[in-house]
Amino acid sequence: MAKYIIKRLLLAVITVFVVATLTFFLMNAVPGGPYEAEKSISPTAKAALEAKFGLDQPLFKQYLTYLKNILHGDFGPSLKQRGRNVNDIIMTKFPVSAKIGGISVAVALIVGIPLGCISALNRGKASDSTIIVLATIGIAVPSFVVCSLSMYLFGVKLRWLPTVGLTTWKNYIMPVFALSFYPSAYITRLMRSSMLDVLGQDYMRTARAKGVSQFVSLFKHALRNAILPIVTYVGPMMAYTLTGSFIIEKVFTIPGLGGEFVSSIQNRDYMMIMGTTIFLATLMVFMTFIVDIVYKIIDPRINLK
Amino acid sequence: MSEHLVDIKNERLSFFTPAGEVKALNDVSLYLEDGEVLGIVGESGSGKSVTSYSIMGITADPGRIIGGTVEFNGHHIEKLSEKEMRKIRGKEVSMIFQDPMTSLNPVYTIGNQIEEAILLHTDKSKAEARERAVELLRLVGINEPEKRIKQYPHELSGGMRQRVMIAIALACEPKLLIADEPTTALDVTIQAQILELIMELKEKLGMAVILITHDLGIVSSMCDRIAVMYAGKVIECGSTDDIFYTPKHEYTRGLLRSVPRLDEKESQRLVAIEGTPVDMLNPPAGCPFAPRCPKCMKICLREMPPYTYFSDIHYSACWLNQKEEFENAGKEES
Amino acid sequence: MDIKKNFLSLQLKADDFIPATEEEKQSLVIMRESVGFWKDGLRRLVKNKVAMVSLVFIVIIMFFSFVVPSFYPYSYEQQQKGAENLFPMKYSANELQRIEEGEKVFPHFLGTDKLGRDYAVRVMVGSRISLTVGLVAAVIILVIGSLYGSIAAFFGGWVDIIMMRIVDIIYTIPDVLLIVLLSFALKAPLKALSATQGFKWIGVVGPNLVSIFIVFALLYWVGMARIVRSQVLVLRESEYVTAARALGANNSRIVRKHLLTNCIGTLIVTTTLQIPSSIFTESYLSFLGLGVAVPLPSLGSLASSAINGMNTYPYLLIAPAVLISLIILSFNLFGDGLRDAFDPKMKK
Repeated sequence: MAKYIIKRLLLAVITVFVVATLTFFLMNAVPGGPYEAEKSISPTAKAALEAKFGLDQPLFKQYLTYLKNILHGDFGPSLKQRGRNVNDIIMTKFPVSAKIGGISVAVALIVGIPLGCISALNRGKASDSTIIVLATIGIAVPSFVVCSLSMYLFGVKLRWLPTVGLTTWKNYIMPVFALSFYPSAYITRLMRSSMLDVLGQDYMRTARAKGVSQFVSLFKHALRNAILPIVTYVGPMMAYTLTGSFIIEKVFTIPGLGGEFVSSIQNRDYMMIMGTTIFLATLMVFMTFIVDIVYKIIDPRINLK
Repeated sequence: MSEHLVDIKNERLSFFTPAGEVKALNDVSLYLEDGEVLGIVGESGSGKSVTSYSIMGITADPGRIIGGTVEFNGHHIEKLSEKEMRKIRGKEVSMIFQDPMTSLNPVYTIGNQIEEAILLHTDKSKAEARERAVELLRLVGINEPEKRIKQYPHELSGGMRQRVMIAIALACEPKLLIADEPTTALDVTIQAQILELIMELKEKLGMAVILITHDLGIVSSMCDRIAVMYAGKVIECGSTDDIFYTPKHEYTRGLLRSVPRLDEKESQRLVAIEGTPVDMLNPPAGCPFAPRCPKCMKICLREMPPYTYFSDIHYSACWLNQKEEFENAGKEES
Repeated sequence: MDIKKNFLSLQLKADDFIPATEEEKQSLVIMRESVGFWKDGLRRLVKNKVAMVSLVFIVIIMFFSFVVPSFYPYSYEQQQKGAENLFPMKYSANELQRIEEGEKVFPHFLGTDKLGRDYAVRVMVGSRISLTVGLVAAVIILVIGSLYGSIAAFFGGWVDIIMMRIVDIIYTIPDVLLIVLLSFALKAPLKALSATQGFKWIGVVGPNLVSIFIVFALLYWVGMARIVRSQVLVLRESEYVTAARALGANNSRIVRKHLLTNCIGTLIVTTTLQIPSSIFTESYLSFLGLGVAVPLPSLGSLASSAINGMNTYPYLLIAPAVLISLIILSFNLFGDGLRDAFDPKMKK
């Protein structure tokens, strides 16, 4: 087990390293630079800025300096937000996104797992068809549609919910609803098909032959087997959800990391792009790692080597 | 109330599938005494498993008993609710299945799965249940039971797993054990061991056994009586000797001809039964075996044959037997 | 007598015990007609009401987005002075005057936008863009993904390991980053290319749309590649392939006869389900402002630009939003129907 963890950590570091390298060179290969768009900037000021951030150095040297800095946990200064460094920005924006994301993941699981189970257990009945239809609609409606329509309906027309900011719990309702919309529907579908699969297994018949009640048979024997695909899905989904959705942050004007990331790409804020990408990749790799561990705990057949 | 341990009378059971009603059991009658071993023989889809599942009350989903009675140990199974049925399952009647590789839940230790059966039907404490589980594992011939109890199914071999299945089945010392092709998925050497174990435990615990198989070799050595099923009907039933030495149904004869025998000459060829089984969606009006029967008569295609009794326990549903009696009756009258 | 008891009311004649002829016996054997894989699947598909309704809906949408705009009285880029921000079915002062004069004016079913463009035709053209993106992207993904996946699975060993590692890394890099960087990177070369003979079409569809396709080609095949790889791996190890090999079938026969026919169900289904997800992504990109070039509309860009005015002109938002949801929904439902009908392994 310890050996496995070490091996995985090593692999994780390599993956993050590759992602960082790729991003770095890809970013620099694209024509234009961080100060290209700013028309007002004089050539001398531009040169001064580039010198300050080391952008005038040869690319490979920049790369090495950058690598050295991240090894110390320093993502460097933001090229666009004067006087702030990337670590600060991530640390202030990430908690905002993570809070909404975390609640949304929880909502998606609380909604999706029971609905999927109910649907599978009542296969072919009216409740099953209703849930399937709802879930299919759920995966079909793009998030910007959910966002903007719920904004229009509850925020503008009915005036039930606040449309801007994150001051009270009421502010969270719409963003969480919009963010958990797709994953809830997806988990419902996934849970249903995996539950149906498990319910047809021989060991479920064995449990029944033992005289186990339906309740125990579902919660003890079926759920633990059926939950495995959900675990696989939730890992990466969690990484994406926690780092925030650009669309939701834009529509509901939430100061989160998702919005920050997209605007940093549009502004060519190299340091910000690198920082957030590495942050996301690390989170992603970490989540996959957690998924593997959880998998091992749930299913003893998995051999971690 | 029946004097038999199991008494199935005219059971009819259908699966209501989207394609139509599949008549899996057509008028099945069977009985079983305390401590007796009954073999049910037949090809796939003949209804042998469905019959025994209905004794357990675990008929798979679109299936329903639509006629007749199923009595077990004084209970009318067809009338019991799921809750009442649960008290009987695993306690008075247990079952072991064909494929031990998939019949155990992969995510729980075998100890957990044995204890579950004990805790469900007795008021033993957890520690007592564990003790009993170890005792059961020893009983089914698993060495180092204290160690094995903490292992997961995937860590055991197929034969071991089937032993664990038997241990689960015997946890509450049931009056009836149903073994649904218990050795089909196992190696030949392991097969014999498992069968021996079942017989040994049967003697020890005094339970009755229903052995479902398509292997005539197995039934001949183990069973007191044999029921031969074809297309959802018991077409012949009798003592093992009756079936093997004086078979009265063409299908039974065909089955026997298709088994290799040591006492025959090498040149004797095995004879396969020609044709395919009937479509259970539209069963024929007459004898279901008629289209494959070498001695088929006109009436066979039209009418279902009635049972002819050759002794108290040996009977068969074939018009050929009726023909003999018909001719004899004719002679008597004239 | 025993016999009487058994026979009940049945009257038996000696004739009944004459052996039956072979024909009589055979007449009882009802053989269910054997149906081929495609015919059987097609029959199941046609029986599936939800899938058929979705298909009809898709055809109708295609008709409206590809055929109707060509003879529609308004064009998507035509700006009408004085007809800005009209509500649905309303006419501008100018048009009202023409109606007074006895002229027939085609109504604005969905009103007009702030530049006086007929919104109904813009929505139609927008769904044309969305559908094109969905279909073309699905084909690109199918070709690249299945080739990549089957090569990885077929060669196995370290080729497989390296190829799948690459897939993992592409998975890990945030796609928004790659999309934005690529669209920046591709802008100049595409513009240059559109000036040369034979590539004029790039200018018409817009370099952004082309870069979206390239992005799809570069990024979104990874899911397909994984599915195809696992499918081929399973098939390669399956017993009937071993059996075919034992019978002397050569590699090309195994690929054609066994791997391809067994994969094709999964391929069709995955491709169909890829269409809505590509439409999804395109609308998302358009929403971010990275989609098609103005004045060309897509459903995503229409919805995006309508958000700011949704207090006053909610229909400008609702029309494209609902339409794109319906398009994605019907493709999903049709794909599910296809899967139920054609993929024997997913059949329940």
